[in-house]
Amino acid sequence: MSVLAGKELRIVGFLCNWCSYGGADTAGTARAVQPTDLRIIRVPCSGRVNPLFVLKALMNGADGVLVSGCHPRDCHYSSGNFYARRRLELLKQFLPVIGIDPERFEYTWVSASEGQRWKDVVTNFTARIHALGPAPRWEDVPARYDMPVELLESLRPLGCGEHPALPELKQAIKDALAQGLEGVLGWKKGFDAIHAEPVFMTTPEEVDSLIWGPFNVQNLAVFLPQYKGRKIGVVVKGCDSKGVVELLSEGLISRDEVQIFGMGCNGTVNLSRILAKLPEGAAIESCACRGNKITVTAGGQTIEMTMAEVAQDKCRLCTKPNAVISDAFAGTPTTEPEAPQDGRLPGLRFLDSLSLEERMGFWKGQMERCIACHACRGACPMCVCRDHCVSDSRDPEWVTQEDTVQQKLFFQLIHAQHLAGRCTGCTECERACPMDIPVFALKQQFGRTIQKIFSYGAGLDVNATPPLLTYQVEETTIKERDLA
Amino acid sequence: MSSLLFATPAELTAWLAGLASGQRVLVPCQEGPSVVYRPRTAEQLSAAGVNALLRRSTSSPKQAVLPQCETLVAFKSVKDEQDPSKVTTTVENPCKAEPTVLFGCRPCDARGFVVLDRPYLHGPFKDPYYGARREATTIVTQACPSVFATCFCHWVGSHPADGEGSDILFTAVEGGFVLDILTEKGKALVEGAAFADGSDKAEAVAAAHKATAEALAPAPNLSEAAAKIAARFTDTAFWTRETVKCLSCGACTYLCPTCQCFTITDEGSQLNGRRLRSWDSCMTPLFTLETSGHNPRPDKSQRMRNRVSHKFSFYPERYDGFFSCVGCGRCVISCPVSLDIRHMVTAAMEGMEGKKPAEAPAAPAEKTAETPKAPADAPAAPKTPAKSKSKKR
Repeated sequence: MSVLAGKELRIVGFLCNWCSYGGADTAGTARAVQPTDLRIIRVPCSGRVNPLFVLKALMNGADGVLVSGCHPRDCHYSSGNFYARRRLELLKQFLPVIGIDPERFEYTWVSASEGQRWKDVVTNFTARIHALGPAPRWEDVPARYDMPVELLESLRPLGCGEHPALPELKQAIKDALAQGLEGVLGWKKGFDAIHAEPVFMTTPEEVDSLIWGPFNVQNLAVFLPQYKGRKIGVVVKGCDSKGVVELLSEGLISRDEVQIFGMGCNGTVNLSRILAKLPEGAAIESCACRGNKITVTAGGQTIEMTMAEVAQDKCRLCTKPNAVISDAFAGTPTTEPEAPQDGRLPGLRFLDSLSLEERMGFWKGQMERCIACHACRGACPMCVCRDHCVSDSRDPEWVTQEDTVQQKLFFQLIHAQHLAGRCTGCTECERACPMDIPVFALKQQFGRTIQKIFSYGAGLDVNATPPLLTYQVEETTIKERDLA
Repeated sequence: MSSLLFATPAELTAWLAGLASGQRVLVPCQEGPSVVYRPRTAEQLSAAGVNALLRRSTSSPKQAVLPQCETLVAFKSVKDEQDPSKVTTTVENPCKAEPTVLFGCRPCDARGFVVLDRPYLHGPFKDPYYGARREATTIVTQACPSVFATCFCHWVGSHPADGEGSDILFTAVEGGFVLDILTEKGKALVEGAAFADGSDKAEAVAAAHKATAEALAPAPNLSEAAAKIAARFTDTAFWTRETVKCLSCGACTYLCPTCQCFTITDEGSQLNGRRLRSWDSCMTPLFTLETSGHNPRPDKSQRMRNRVSHKFSFYPERYDGFFSCVGCGRCVISCPVSLDIRHMVTAAMEGMEGKKPAEAPAAPAEKTAETPKAPADAPAAPKTPAKSKSKKR
């Protein structure tokens, strides 16, 4: 679409210096007639294209984004485009979850000699974007505030009673402390009967305060990198152990510095669900757990609830209730259920049921109440940059200080993007959110795409290579995308 | 001034809906499991009914007067077409203080504004942005019908029916609500409203207040907190031990009705941009990161020490012994790791020698507040450039 033919749209192109940029040059030298909507940004290699470049363009009003590099096996840096192919394919399949039509983004390969091919690529992509029309703007989309409320059927019976092996676990920890371990991360009772808090146990008395049960919600793997160089231990649920495995496989902690204590988990609770059952503002006087029933006395009333009503969503579909890796495992392991056909948690199920525009509206409504405290990041065991998060940087400035929905959502996109292939699905981001925003859906969208394309789940094997850190010359599961 | 009026729920709803025609009415609204303040129109208010607007908000209503982000100045420079070296710059102050009614906040929330007033309005410089919005806001507070396990307003010199900072305080009684009109602003708000006289309900109100207050567990004596916590300042082992479980996430500061620090940044381009003021948090490393790359508070234990000390030591030393914590307990209930500031305060005071805050020498404590010492083993400073900073402490 030339300037004369109609209104131009905003299409951003990231072109590799060695092939596609040359191809565009060839097309220009040959005086090929092409649409003029494309604004080209030259990059050294398609492997240099951070998926956040594409997301930022699309979030800030680009109607389409095109990435073009050297043909596979033809990369100037030999393998840059192989990595790019995996990342960009993943990105394309991620886009629908935030309500962006994946057709607005494409990646392709054009060599420096292929002037005619470049012309075809640009013409076809521009025609596609014009067929889609201008991208919906965040300002125009109606916000919606409805939330996923589905309670999933759990794969295994969840329980909250006293764990018979707790004394055995305590003894194992005391023994390890006696043998020179500096301390062990565990949980103890918090400020009331339904809140647990992390504790770094260094003495036998502190070990006696250890609790195990439905309130041990925190994933203690988050603390491990800060103890690097010190010999410590950590008590884990199955989901937490996946975080430990992922940290180990990335070399962020070392195996000889951390002792892992495990015990079979019977599920943990979503505190918001418990609080919703109590009279508002009722101080909790006591709480008794037996079998699968939690009995809370609060504000003079006794309210009984079952784990089926208040368990965290992740526990319902959990297939790894036992530590994936451990040095000491107390008691008998919990029976591991078969992996479900559909592993989506309510957030993603809900989003999948919406149209693209409704999904934009959903995030607009949800992020409106985000206070940008970044507790999601703080609680994430895989957010290991800690004080040096790229979202805090002013150069590059990925997010501004503005409190707009786009800025706050973009932070979430950075988080999800940096967890692609690394997120172990502990859902701590969502649990930590003081405003109860279902941010885990973004990570799960990446997770399920990675499962589909690479048959990979993070946090299961210390020796596994995450899919985005490797490539295959012939990708059998990635469809070749050709615009020419 | 104080006068009592009685309103049925229907009357109160109608009154609130009537207010919404001329001004912004902010009410606590349920969104998923959270409760947040949202502006509501007359129709929305009538449809919801006042009984649906009585929950305590998850985040504090501080936003109404001190928004998370506000544009202080917008600037635009236009180059002359004939001579590009000539630039015409226009500066615009987009601050608008809409007349606002803040409905349904709790006594602790209302008192939070009094805490914010001291540095923003009663310091050496009066903040015109804050001042204008504060002036335009009328606060209608609900006396707490119940207390949360995390409530500790009575630790910091308040109680669940405290009217400080409120213009109207209403209490739920049998059959409706009793409105206590506390200020001229509050009186103006009920002018023309057909509420019955509520003087005969004074006993019911007192009984409701008493019942709520009695539900609170006994409070420790914090009269020497300022001096004792100041004395604890150099005990790094204590702060390290107490913050082992802290995630350094900052949710506590952003939920707090009294956290007052901000950062100033310029966004946009040099030719067309905005100077923003946005909330900052002492729990983040960027709060103290210097442009040289040095960070005097590199560790979460020092950041937490600042948060606790500011609320219970620096602020009372500067402002006649008032704490800058109102005891709402949001930082406790929403903390991902259930870190409890009440425990932190009592633990910090334990075994410390303290003087009465009035006798405490202000100067040395001021100094420690401004220049916290970095430990000798501070890790290498990060290389990322710092944000431009400006804060109130």
